[in-house]
Amino acid sequence: MSQQFADKTSHVVRFAGDSGDGVQLQGLQFTIASALAGHDLATLPDFPAEIRAPAGTRYGVSAFQIQFGGERITTPGDAPDVLLAFNPAALAVNLPHLTPGALIIVDESAFTAQRLKRAALAANPLEDGSLDAYQVCRIDIAHLTLEAVKPFGLGAKDSARCKNFWTLGLVLWMFDQPRHASAHWIQAKFANNEAVRNANLAALNAGHAYGEIAELQHILAQHPIPEAPLASVEYRTVAGAEALALGLVAAGELADLEILFCSYPITPASALLHHLSGLDEAGVATFQAEDEIAAIGAAIGASYAGKLGVTSSSGPGIALKTEALGLAVAVELPLVVVNSQRAGPSTGMPTKTEQSDLYQAVYGRNADTPLAVLAAHSPADCFETAIEAVRIALRHMTPVILLTDGYIANASELWPIPNIDDFAPIANHKPTAATSRSIWQRDPATLARLWATPGDPRHLHRVSGLERDIETGHISYDAANHQAMTDLRTAKVAKVADHLPDQGIDQGILGGLAVVAWGSTYGAVRQAVKEALREGLTVAHIHLRHLNPLPPNLAELLAGFGAVLVPELNNGQLATLLRDRLLLNPAQLNKVSGQPLKVAEIKAAIAEQAPPRLQEAAHG
Amino acid sequence: MAERTLSFKDFATDQEVRWCPGCGDYAILKAMQRTLAEVGAKPENTVLVSGIGCAARLPHYVESYGFHTIHGRAPAIATGVKLANPALDVWVITGDGDGLSIGGNHLLHALRRNIDLNILLFNNEIYGLTKGQYSPTSRIGTTSPSSPGGSVGAPVHPCAFAIGAGATFIARGIDIDQKGLPQIFAQARAHRGAAFVEILQNCIVYNKDVFDGVVNKKTAADHQIPVRHGAPLIYGKDRHRGLRLNPDKLCLEGVLIDDHGADALLVHDETNPHMAQMLVTMTPPLPTAIGVIHRRPALSFNRAFWNGKSRARRRKVESLLRQGNILDHR
Repeated sequence: MSQQFADKTSHVVRFAGDSGDGVQLQGLQFTIASALAGHDLATLPDFPAEIRAPAGTRYGVSAFQIQFGGERITTPGDAPDVLLAFNPAALAVNLPHLTPGALIIVDESAFTAQRLKRAALAANPLEDGSLDAYQVCRIDIAHLTLEAVKPFGLGAKDSARCKNFWTLGLVLWMFDQPRHASAHWIQAKFANNEAVRNANLAALNAGHAYGEIAELQHILAQHPIPEAPLASVEYRTVAGAEALALGLVAAGELADLEILFCSYPITPASALLHHLSGLDEAGVATFQAEDEIAAIGAAIGASYAGKLGVTSSSGPGIALKTEALGLAVAVELPLVVVNSQRAGPSTGMPTKTEQSDLYQAVYGRNADTPLAVLAAHSPADCFETAIEAVRIALRHMTPVILLTDGYIANASELWPIPNIDDFAPIANHKPTAATSRSIWQRDPATLARLWATPGDPRHLHRVSGLERDIETGHISYDAANHQAMTDLRTAKVAKVADHLPDQGIDQGILGGLAVVAWGSTYGAVRQAVKEALREGLTVAHIHLRHLNPLPPNLAELLAGFGAVLVPELNNGQLATLLRDRLLLNPAQLNKVSGQPLKVAEIKAAIAEQAPPRLQEAAHG
Repeated sequence: MAERTLSFKDFATDQEVRWCPGCGDYAILKAMQRTLAEVGAKPENTVLVSGIGCAARLPHYVESYGFHTIHGRAPAIATGVKLANPALDVWVITGDGDGLSIGGNHLLHALRRNIDLNILLFNNEIYGLTKGQYSPTSRIGTTSPSSPGGSVGAPVHPCAFAIGAGATFIARGIDIDQKGLPQIFAQARAHRGAAFVEILQNCIVYNKDVFDGVVNKKTAADHQIPVRHGAPLIYGKDRHRGLRLNPDKLCLEGVLIDDHGADALLVHDETNPHMAQMLVTMTPPLPTAIGVIHRRPALSFNRAFWNGKSRARRRKVESLLRQGNILDHR
């Protein structure tokens, strides 16, 4: 074991195996244990679209990466320093991404001629020297798991399936993390199956004990990690889809409105539907529609009838919803549309992340059809962003698109549990007994119309996707009126900016390079800028939640910098937006590989663009 | 103070009706307004949701809540309205193109879910608002701007489609039948579940008199059969004909009552979807079935949806935020 490894206060661990090996579960359990041990953390589930891809193939490899440690963690890590590989394919696929000298733990029983062939390996990497630069720990995990669970009389298949908990036990031992949460999980999950329950518990404990007693100290040692410097509050782990669901629930509470969440299953957005489907006690009802169009249609219908309609999808599904989005803009109803972006075009790579639907959100409708667009920047941030989306939808009587992505939806991080009382109540434009204005009279602060809903005898009206008279609301094809209505729709969304807080700087120094980013690149940009600042570069990180309209002071803020760099997981969409709206010409860092940006990639781009600090330049 | 009884005129808006002179839609609008008045509907609790097409303009002319939406999507939007507020009386106004072509999927699912909507499909076997192209209900050989040599695709039968979708209420009416149509509408409204009504509607410009064989007053008695639950299926000017089930061919046949006796006739059982299937697919020389063809009780989707769900918000947010494994770092 190298001293360098032993001295680290944070680690990047990657679990990898077949889609059916329980790797994601293993990762989640390790995440919870890390949190309970007081570590900060960020995770990256990385799995194929196939549910049970053929065993042993490279394309069937499912992986879960976590960075955890005793310091502020904002990314799942560029390069793992521990890889746990259940088979040759999992090793082969992940080897190129490991940090030099990384610790590789393999199930050596899986390195048979047949399985090497399935992984398209000509030679056994355990024997051909290709792992010489790494520390390799070969364990017969399959055999040890079978031994551990033998007393419980499971069949061969069920016995073998306990290997994820055996290995989890070993890794928990390595980092001195608690087993009790996983033990509780096993007890609850298999409450009605004693044999499976006891076998998994035994596997978990056997893996842990193996770490203690195995004579592998030269390779495998315990690496207790110090606690992270966390604030004095309560924390839990949360995945993005879960935080988004909780944010919608909280927003419904703050707005005192029931939410009708209407959705059609699509990867990676379905997780939100799943989370919300269990929450009807909290004022959210979920409706699984027959297709994407029906989902947004029902959400619009719900908003028309006085509840808050919310729909959710991923890029291709949002494309199907587009005509209905135009209707929601035309009739000026509140609506929240969540887009968990994925790699495209078309079906693309459903389980891989991308930020390439910004054009679609901001520009992607027929006619001049503006709406508000905002983006969450991390799993935990989904909570506040959901509340903000609901607030804007209700304040301005407009559809709002909330962009998240496959990475944020599935990744977890440590979350200081928010206090709902810290959020201001959310008002809306429903008429009360005292309301004297007519439906189409505008609230001057927001340009919102009145939210008159069926059941109210005072406000019978007809509304339509056809253009309507700006005063009466009746169908109108009048030329001047259409101009006025188009101007009104534009002004209304522009008015959203009046209510936004000034854009701040996340960290850094004015005058040099501004790294302007949005969405899930947050953690990597934050870390890269932090390191660049430490290395003496004049750089700052500005992270946008509001993409349409942009924060009102953004132009002024960016005028204080010599250059702007926009890193994003697309071919330059925020860069285009800034060029369009602010007449800037930013430098770009674009990546569309289905994987998050790495800290090192952003750092390299910063190094090219950012000037050294004047003082240091003078010394240098 | 007793509420004033509303007349059909109270359900008219101040908007000028913009259909072609002589269009069957005028009669349907009037039947709709009369129905709402006759059943004592409250305008504020009545919501008309339409898609796109000539029929879809109807909500603009009914003094109630109205939502004229986008092509084919009215059943989906109406589903959201009904789920959000099940107390509302929600109508879907659609046409053969809107409901069976671009919106066929939504119609299918509204019917199979059995959500409590009253769905009126104006069938004129042509696209009107887009200037006369053949529609999914156009008969083979229909000449139109998009089928100058005659259309070649087989048409869909709206009521048969509804049966296939599992509809629990299926009726067929005629635009100009100002006596029968309001009765059908009232029964559709009373049905707790998805009520599907096909209305034979005359497009005077693009498909004039396409239903003449059925609705022409001179021959109507021989070409229509009014169906009534529990009554034998009799038709003809002199009520001398009836429908009989031919058990060997498993089909309906029109017979002279004198030849077979009244006991041989089929008695309409509106709860039987198999009988409904045979009735709605009758083609000449058999008569066209008019009236409530199928009706059976079933739990509506909106009731099932809210069953067991608490609609009163509870302060659960705090506990939801704190679920899972908590690291208390205080």
